[in-house]
Amino acid sequence: MSLLQDLLHKARVKSPRIFHINSGSCNGCDIELITCLSPRYDVEQLGIHLEASPRHADILCITGPVTRNTLEAVMNAYAQVCEPKAVVAIGSCGATCNVFAGSPSVVGPLNKYIPVDVYVPGCPPHPDAIIDGIFQAAQILADRGVREEAKGQPQK
Amino acid sequence: MNFAGLIRLFLFPGLLFAIPAGWFFVWAEHKVVARIQRRIGPPLLQPFWDFVKLLGKRTPARRGIDANLLRLYPVLSIGSLIAALALLPVFPANAGGFSGDCILLVGLMEVPSVCYILAGFTSGSIYGEIGAIREALLSVASNVVMLISLVTIAVTAKSFHLTDLAGPSLNPGHWVGVLGLLLCIPAKLRLNPFSTAGAEQEIYAGSLTEYAGAALGLWELAHALEWLLLTGLVATLVLPTTLAWWIYAPAFFVVSFVEVLLLSAVAAGTARLTLERSINFYWRWAAVLACMAIISSAVMMRFHL
Repeated sequence: MSLLQDLLHKARVKSPRIFHINSGSCNGCDIELITCLSPRYDVEQLGIHLEASPRHADILCITGPVTRNTLEAVMNAYAQVCEPKAVVAIGSCGATCNVFAGSPSVVGPLNKYIPVDVYVPGCPPHPDAIIDGIFQAAQILADRGVREEAKGQPQK
Repeated sequence: MNFAGLIRLFLFPGLLFAIPAGWFFVWAEHKVVARIQRRIGPPLLQPFWDFVKLLGKRTPARRGIDANLLRLYPVLSIGSLIAALALLPVFPANAGGFSGDCILLVGLMEVPSVCYILAGFTSGSIYGEIGAIREALLSVASNVVMLISLVTIAVTAKSFHLTDLAGPSLNPGHWVGVLGLLLCIPAKLRLNPFSTAGAEQEIYAGSLTEYAGAALGLWELAHALEWLLLTGLVATLVLPTTLAWWIYAPAFFVVSFVEVLLLSAVAAGTARLTLERSINFYWRWAAVLACMAIISSAVMMRFHL
């Protein structure tokens, strides 16, 4: 890895900005995600920052089983996040639809539509688990960025 | 070639000093807010890592938006901010400058705000437009106070040459002017309680909603430089002009830093005011105060008091 790539890799690990989407969640996971920003867990010390616009974000945090109404919004927000990006599915719903499986209004789980990098299981998951998931996603994102740039270089 | 001018532009308080100092001030703002909320807050190098990461993002072209125009605005802001920093009357004893540079400084200080408004309208996003309208209305209100405050200071010093304005004065008009400038800084930096133009979450990210990658990183850098310029302007107005350069430079930094702490504490301790209340504050209270100051200064000057 060259010095510049090393610097970029480190910056991506140290500055993961997240964007949160509720894709039909029961609000349990949303409360736990917002708790991470509170004084008790304080994710800002890891450089994690909740962004208001998906265009500013690196990591998409999606809660809920993906309902018919929210599918378009999820796909739209995923497309708006610039590369390199990563997706974290928070809660058991994102992985399996959990108790909502089989409902006529639920079209999930999430990985039918977009690639998920990290699953944080739990109903709802503990804030510590969510922070760990976001941190792992930041490392996946940084490695992916280096790989893609190495691949892209001969074409330039 | 003006050697001192080049030093101001590139060394102090220009590029080499301004970028790290601006990032340090942005970090200090976040840290103070975090400490007041009993959090630990971001690490020291956070603004630097954010900037490097944003430079490394890949932003694909989008239809219906003039990407070059959007990229131009933050670059224009940074350019005018660096030029404005070079005009600041640091080391007034051997400063250059020219008669009327105060007016040029006001013009250069206004460029980032105008660019922010244009960026909102160019982005084609409804949230960008709302942010731009709010910024335009608020900057009209706060600029009146800022201009009157600067004119008050100029009237008491009987000059529009920044070197003559620098340093403390026995005239109370000077201090009312400094107070007026301090009142305008939160609106200029879009800080609480006058953060309605940025209004994070409420209107997404205001004018910058559609920005991404390197252009967004440049906007964040421009914001850091704006911190340094506005606090630095007040610092030059209160620091004694007779200090040696090796005392003046650290003192300039310390006074600016104290202002950052003060403004951040105010930002952490207040909630966002609505646009109407923010504008009312500036037109009703601050502008009246500034007008009284300029009238009394003019009367005192007329009778040589």
